[in-house]
Amino acid sequence: MADEVVLLDFWPSPFGMRLRIALAEKGVKYEYKDEDLRNKSPLLLQSNPVHKKIPVLIHNGKPVCESVIALQYIDEVWTNKPLLPSDPYLRSQARFWADFVDKKIYDIGRKTWTTKGDEQEAAKKEFIDCIKLLEVELGDKPFFGGETLGFVDVTLVPFYSWFSVYEKYGNFSIAPECPKFMAWVKRCMEKESVSKSLPDQDKVCGFVAEMRKKLGVE
Amino acid sequence: MGEVKLLGTTQSFPCARIQWALKLKGVEYEFIEEDLGNKSSLLRKYNPVHKKVPVLVHHDKPIAESLVILEYIDETWKDNPLLPQDPYDKAVARFWAKFADEKVLIAVWGAFTAEGEEKEKAIKSALEPLAYLEQQIEGKKFFGGEKIGYFDLVVGWLSQWLNVMEEVGGMKLLEAERFPLLHEWGQNFIQAPAIRECIPPREKLVEYFHFSLTYGRSLAANKP
Repeated sequence: MADEVVLLDFWPSPFGMRLRIALAEKGVKYEYKDEDLRNKSPLLLQSNPVHKKIPVLIHNGKPVCESVIALQYIDEVWTNKPLLPSDPYLRSQARFWADFVDKKIYDIGRKTWTTKGDEQEAAKKEFIDCIKLLEVELGDKPFFGGETLGFVDVTLVPFYSWFSVYEKYGNFSIAPECPKFMAWVKRCMEKESVSKSLPDQDKVCGFVAEMRKKLGVE
Repeated sequence: MGEVKLLGTTQSFPCARIQWALKLKGVEYEFIEEDLGNKSSLLRKYNPVHKKVPVLVHHDKPIAESLVILEYIDETWKDNPLLPQDPYDKAVARFWAKFADEKVLIAVWGAFTAEGEEKEKAIKSALEPLAYLEQQIEGKKFFGGEKIGYFDLVVGWLSQWLNVMEEVGGMKLLEAERFPLLHEWGQNFIQAPAIRECIPPREKLVEYFHFSLTYGRSLAANKP
């Protein structure tokens, strides 16, 4: 029986990008459905009734919600090009850092462009500190996963597509402070699975500019 | 299988999760009680990123974050598996664990610290995520089925900690009339031998939650 895989997503979502990368890495054929989040499809509401959020991976009619959970599911079902290592200790470290990315990078990154004044300054500093901590964790390895893209790489790299948004509205520059991180981004972007899954930074910036205009923010 | 240490506190339910998992699998370990008001150099060494408990140390290698630790334990000691084998069933268990730690816990905490007019509203908000759990336990003795599993350990705090929070915080959430199945689950859970051993004394929890309430309310009062 052929596998039927559907991904309910929204093109600027870094969480959706994670699953696009994983599915591409493993050569899984799937149907991509871009959701209108102001008018959610019946399929989305039925597949994720608890949160009504994207991404949702639907495999042979069964939905898997929450991107890090879906990443692990993908890794366990399609076992080629494993994202998680086989050793339990190394797996625990990968999960720890993926949890760190989820707890820190998204929320703090968001604050760099949605807050003002002291709160924004604090967010910018904390964001850079978090990236530097990730640089230390990366060490001399080409990827967090070692020689190849791994779980943490896939969880983290999508936020790169939002850097121009953080920098524009936060009025700061990430690259000069974090050259090692930017070198890692470059290595990730050389992989087709990544470069084809991340939208252009300009496109994301344009999307945010339009959203801010609609909301009357400035 | 090597030396196992657990850095934690007696009243912390994330730490209880780990003790329960180790006991269910018959793993011997040394419990190191931490003073979170005066964090030890050992804690700072083993969890430099968050400086929080629990931290499991196995063969001198540390693992932090209770859900990450639970998966490590399950993968390292294969007796009495906590998570299901099937990838889809695993994904469902992990989904509800995230839901419990994000939605249930935050809503309960909100109801716990709220005062005055806000209290009723906060209590009502906390009932909603609990209703999901009532649905999930239907037809089963434990969330893991016949035996205690991963999700039972994740929400184990509902069996005792919540009870104390209700008393100290002046609210009623997990009532037998409203959530009969969840209430019954709590009774079954807390009586299981491996679980019972790691439930902290009630007085300690009362003291802990009185302190948390004062602290939590003062934080809320100081928000701009």
